[in-house]
Amino acid sequence: MRISVIDASKRFGDFTALDRVNLDVRSGELLALLGPSGSGKTTLLRIVAGLDWPDDGQVQFDGEDALSRPAGKRRVGFVFQHYALFRHMTVFENVAFGLRAKPRAERPGETEIRRRVDKLLDLVQLRWLAERYPAQLSGGQRQRIALARALAIEPKVLLLDEPFGSLDAKVRKGLRRWLRNLHREIHVTSIFVTHDQEEALEVADRIVVMDKGHIEQIGTPQQVYSNPQTPFVHEFIGESVVLPVFVQDNQVRFDGRPIGIVPKGMADGAATLFARPFDVTILPARAGDADLKGVVKRIHGIGPARRLEIEIGNEQASRTIEIDASRSRQWHVGQAVSVRPEQYHLFPDRL
Amino acid sequence: MLPGFGLTLGTTLLWLSLIVLIPLGALFVKSAALSADQFIAIVTSRRALHAFALSFGLSLAAACVNLVFGAIVVWALVRYRFPGRRLLDAIVDVPFALPTAVAGIALTALYAPSGWIGGLLAPLGIHVAFTPLGIFVALVFIGLPFVVRTVQPALEDLDAELEEAAASLGAGRCMTVRRVVLPTVVPALLTGFTLAFARAVGEYGSVVFIAGNLPNVSEIAPLLIVIRLQEFRYADASAIAVVMLMASLLFLFLINGLQRWTALHTESGR
Repeated sequence: MRISVIDASKRFGDFTALDRVNLDVRSGELLALLGPSGSGKTTLLRIVAGLDWPDDGQVQFDGEDALSRPAGKRRVGFVFQHYALFRHMTVFENVAFGLRAKPRAERPGETEIRRRVDKLLDLVQLRWLAERYPAQLSGGQRQRIALARALAIEPKVLLLDEPFGSLDAKVRKGLRRWLRNLHREIHVTSIFVTHDQEEALEVADRIVVMDKGHIEQIGTPQQVYSNPQTPFVHEFIGESVVLPVFVQDNQVRFDGRPIGIVPKGMADGAATLFARPFDVTILPARAGDADLKGVVKRIHGIGPARRLEIEIGNEQASRTIEIDASRSRQWHVGQAVSVRPEQYHLFPDRL
Repeated sequence: MLPGFGLTLGTTLLWLSLIVLIPLGALFVKSAALSADQFIAIVTSRRALHAFALSFGLSLAAACVNLVFGAIVVWALVRYRFPGRRLLDAIVDVPFALPTAVAGIALTALYAPSGWIGGLLAPLGIHVAFTPLGIFVALVFIGLPFVVRTVQPALEDLDAELEEAAASLGAGRCMTVRRVVLPTVVPALLTGFTLAFARAVGEYGSVVFIAGNLPNVSEIAPLLIVIRLQEFRYADASAIAVVMLMASLLFLFLINGLQRWTALHTESGR
């Protein structure tokens, strides 16, 4: 099912959780909403689910208005961060809940309920726990049961709020891969919220990067990583070397000196240069070169990587960056070096 | 083991013995002065049986009413934000704080045929003060905070996500309350019910003012004990007391068992 969020806004008192957000979710894709806490990603998910309503804007499922329908009528499977399993019911009854909640005319018979719940428990590979209570399960098992329960209503869209947020790192890695495979198997349109970029990059077909109630960028993991559209996205995803620069006379200057980078038609003014640490080359300094000059302050790292802390600029405008350097060269503390970003992004500073 | 076990257990046993066990033992010793036939004759006399039926029957009825209305009060206090909520919340404690005699006098003044409420009911032929109905009113009054105060924390702790989960799975409001909210607070409801019931069975102060205390009509068992004591018939008094004690214990065990049974499936964890 295709989901369209159109100009959705939501305020809680003085706090703007969502500010005119537009989003199209394609049928069958696995989409990640990625952002720091307070960026509005969970609010957006809850609005799609029908657990919250926007102050303005629309939500459409396959072009039809969804806001007029309550949560129970949207055919939405919601998986909560803390599972929200019914603790007085067995695993079986938890998964069967959505089937038993159907109006009498659509409610399947007891044998059919049993068959479908068993099938779902097989899907999450936990059939042997059917008669246990949630308190007797591990965190990862509870999460899978919560997923089975959400799938029982044959949802047209599956929404997961920080699905792996309260699990330890090892379980999380395993479940991630499992979710990816499950999605490939059942192919239901899915949106999950996460603040963990690694999770989003590994699992999602597309990533929506959010900050302060805005969508900063929508794209494939490859696109948001390699071609970030805003400074926020560059900083939030992956490691960044960040340098405040100034654009003047068609030259990028740091500390008043040109650094050998062409601003490609950018207007004069303050700007910020972003690069990935591995896209920056360090060479021994040579006199007369018009590039960034720095001094090695510290060398650390053993094994394949050699990491240099380099101070750029003079006393007034100094800035320390960390760069992976080639091992084939000898480096020493106090050495003057040239810093050359091979790949970089230049963003004009917003006023 | 944590140090101090011997000391604290010793103190606990001594204290419980002094406060609870020895007085109860004395009660049994006192009633043992009676022969079995005498004992049975006393506790099955018409007056005693009527007092038992009145005390336990009305206490049970009052606890049931408090269970229902207490639950509604808790729901309103916990789930809605409205001006005056904190004041209402404080008012719930009044029956706790009020000396029972004061409550009894106030209720009697209100429900007597000349009182504000009694005056309205009298023309309809409903007499509250000086009838079993009056006792019932007093028992409802003193029992309410027990239900409210035990259920309140349980409902406050109830995760809103549970109800959202039920709603997104297609359950209507009714089904959500019946299958998700209620089962989670049932142990607390049972505890509140038990406390309200136990308190009502033992209630004396507020009841004697409004009851009218007519033998075989509106005389409660605790009052009968007091009357027997004033007649210096100590053995009679203790025989009635023993029956009350046994019946109360039986009820407590039954409800405790029920509580354990429900708690078994709802222990810890989300």
